[in-house]
Amino acid sequence: MPATLAELPVGSSAIVQAMPTGRSCLTRLREMGIVPGTRVSVTRRAPLGEPIEICVRGSHLSMRNHEAAFIAISAA
Amino acid sequence: MSAAAAETPLIAIVGNPNSGKTTLFNLLTGLKQKVANYPGVTVEKKIGECYSQHGKKLRLIDLPGAYSLNARSPDEAVLRDVLLGRRPETPRPDRVVCVVDSANCERNLYMVSQVLELGLPTILVLNMVDVAEQREWRIDAVKLSEILGVPVVKTNAISGQGLIELKLALSREDISSPKWQNAALPEGVKAALEHSRDALRQAGAIHTRSSLLEPLYLLSDHDPTHYGIADTQIGRIHELRSRMETDFPGWEDALVAERYRRIEEVCALVLKRPDQEIETSTTKLDRILLHPVLGFVNLLLVLGLLFFLIFKVAEGPMGWIEAGFGQLGAWVEGLMSAGDFRDLIVNGVVPGVSGVVIFLPQILILFFFIGIMEDTGYMSRLAFIMDWAMSKVGLNGKSFLPFLSSYACAIPGVMAARTIDSPKDRLITILIAPLASCSARLPVYSLLIGVLFPVGEVGAFVQAGIMLGLYALGTFGAFFFAWVFNKFVMKGSASPMILEMPSYKMPALKSILLQVWQRARMFLVRAGTIILGISILIWAASTYPKTAGDDSAKQMEHSFAGRAGKLIEPAIAPLGYDWKIGIGLIGSFAAREVFNSTMSVVYAVESGDDDNLAPLRDKLAAERRPDGRLVYTPLVCISLLVFYVFAMQCVSTIAIVKRETGSWKWAMFQLGYMTGTAYLLSLLIFQIGSALGY
Repeated sequence: MPATLAELPVGSSAIVQAMPTGRSCLTRLREMGIVPGTRVSVTRRAPLGEPIEICVRGSHLSMRNHEAAFIAISAA
Repeated sequence: MSAAAAETPLIAIVGNPNSGKTTLFNLLTGLKQKVANYPGVTVEKKIGECYSQHGKKLRLIDLPGAYSLNARSPDEAVLRDVLLGRRPETPRPDRVVCVVDSANCERNLYMVSQVLELGLPTILVLNMVDVAEQREWRIDAVKLSEILGVPVVKTNAISGQGLIELKLALSREDISSPKWQNAALPEGVKAALEHSRDALRQAGAIHTRSSLLEPLYLLSDHDPTHYGIADTQIGRIHELRSRMETDFPGWEDALVAERYRRIEEVCALVLKRPDQEIETSTTKLDRILLHPVLGFVNLLLVLGLLFFLIFKVAEGPMGWIEAGFGQLGAWVEGLMSAGDFRDLIVNGVVPGVSGVVIFLPQILILFFFIGIMEDTGYMSRLAFIMDWAMSKVGLNGKSFLPFLSSYACAIPGVMAARTIDSPKDRLITILIAPLASCSARLPVYSLLIGVLFPVGEVGAFVQAGIMLGLYALGTFGAFFFAWVFNKFVMKGSASPMILEMPSYKMPALKSILLQVWQRARMFLVRAGTIILGISILIWAASTYPKTAGDDSAKQMEHSFAGRAGKLIEPAIAPLGYDWKIGIGLIGSFAAREVFNSTMSVVYAVESGDDDNLAPLRDKLAAERRPDGRLVYTPLVCISLLVFYVFAMQCVSTIAIVKRETGSWKWAMFQLGYMTGTAYLLSLLIFQIGSALGY
């Protein structure tokens, strides 16, 4: 099982396990619905590796690996 | 404010980006809108009027789209401050219309829950119901209305469905404050916020009657510019914030999680959605438009179309504008008796106005195109595809289109940078945009390349190769400086790229045309006046003081512009230029292509026509210095070409950068760094070249 959202393969989903607190870029991701306990899936990856497109609470967001790597996940 | 205006209720329209909020606002108010900027920032303030079902006048304010009241950009700070009644020039709204993308309602409810908490009478609009239906999301509006204690209306802003119901809701006088209550704050956090509120009240930062929400949102302000917060208060707020952070690490994040926990409870009651995502037209389209190969091919086609439109299609109307003003000038010339005043009108005012209006076709086309791309949802896909490349110089995918547009003209390019939400990326994009070789440089490039390599000697291929090299040099320079500014000049860490990929939808044409018109008007009024003023100044500089004779070359030499050319000669001689080129450089500040017509005057060549550069080219190629050496040696030509690639020589761009950044500071910085680089590079080229014996 991959450890972070950045490593999650395209097409699979997982549950957000933990995110470090106090980082303002992550606070915005939380506000957009990615909080511990949320189910996320990776829809696609841009050809050169990033950004990735994810689906959370029915909405589609894209972000770079840098941010995704902060999001620890566990099996869905 | 007049007494009548005070009686007319002010209704704020708020919502997430891509919720269709502005389309709804345009649908309700139509042409009855006033667009301005909030003081000191380029956030549009849109106020419109409409009538309720009972014929009562209502005022609507379209607040910037945002994901949260925890501001992280000036846009979001404006939303927070208007809703809290913190802005002196905008009264606190009497009511709020919260627009929600139904197909994204769980995420959209986050900000709704923040807004409801403010206690203003609120109407909830479930917009884009058609997309939700396509995804088989069923929302129980009655139950939602019961839980939140506010009227809920379902609409589709594109078809106009539900508009009457919304107007009826707007007409109701009895809308009570929402009954929704968020979970209570943890005791310690609450006590700390109360303490912060007292401290901020004493410092005069907030109103004496303010609730705990105002200190809460001020303390969680993530906007690097702290827009809307007095400079004297920023330190105090920082101090209170770090104390909160030490006492309750992660308090903000805990509040977010708590809010979503409540939203999940609500959604469990009102929202039914399939376990598996339904295949929608958006997922199908994305499989093609974001395909590694097909997606890129499609992107090239879209950009090819854009280039065709702004280079080729705009050419027609631009020609008509030029011809029209030419005729106007001739007509005035025949009408008035000869004299300075006629000269001012014919050679100063008319070309000045023409020089402003000439940009309109490109601006209109580009903004229409951008409007379509944003409204359909393709803009996010373009940013997704281009993000990797742009990230290498510290920008993000949204900077791509404004920069690309600058190859036609930096003015619409700089204006298009409004679509970038990170203030830092937006500023960097504006700063580097004029390094893209715009179409005004083209005539100058052609002339000088013609002098450098007359067609007979080398093929057109070499000429084209040099032209391409100049474009590449400008592009390289733009990326280089983006990297430098990102690394060394701009404060703050890299802003994260978090991009929403909205569902595709049909563009709302009327709404787009309205926005195009507003942009064009803003350009004409704000930038146009500055451009016109400077054009007249440049006319005056080349007209006065007068010589007795009719010789235009003599007149040029004698005028202020000619004297200025001689004055700057010592500064430009190390670059290989004489005072005549100096006049051309000064004239170029009106617009770069003016170099050609100025040089025609300086060398008294009859035709300064862009289409026929030959007479001027031959004259330049034959021009000698007093000591008999050629003026336009290959080295001088190259030095001059490089100067034109990098130098900021366009008052129109300076005017628009001033307008879009809100201060002269960045416009002057841009003028300085670009012209400085141009000077330095041309100096190096000429000096090293001369030393090597070229």
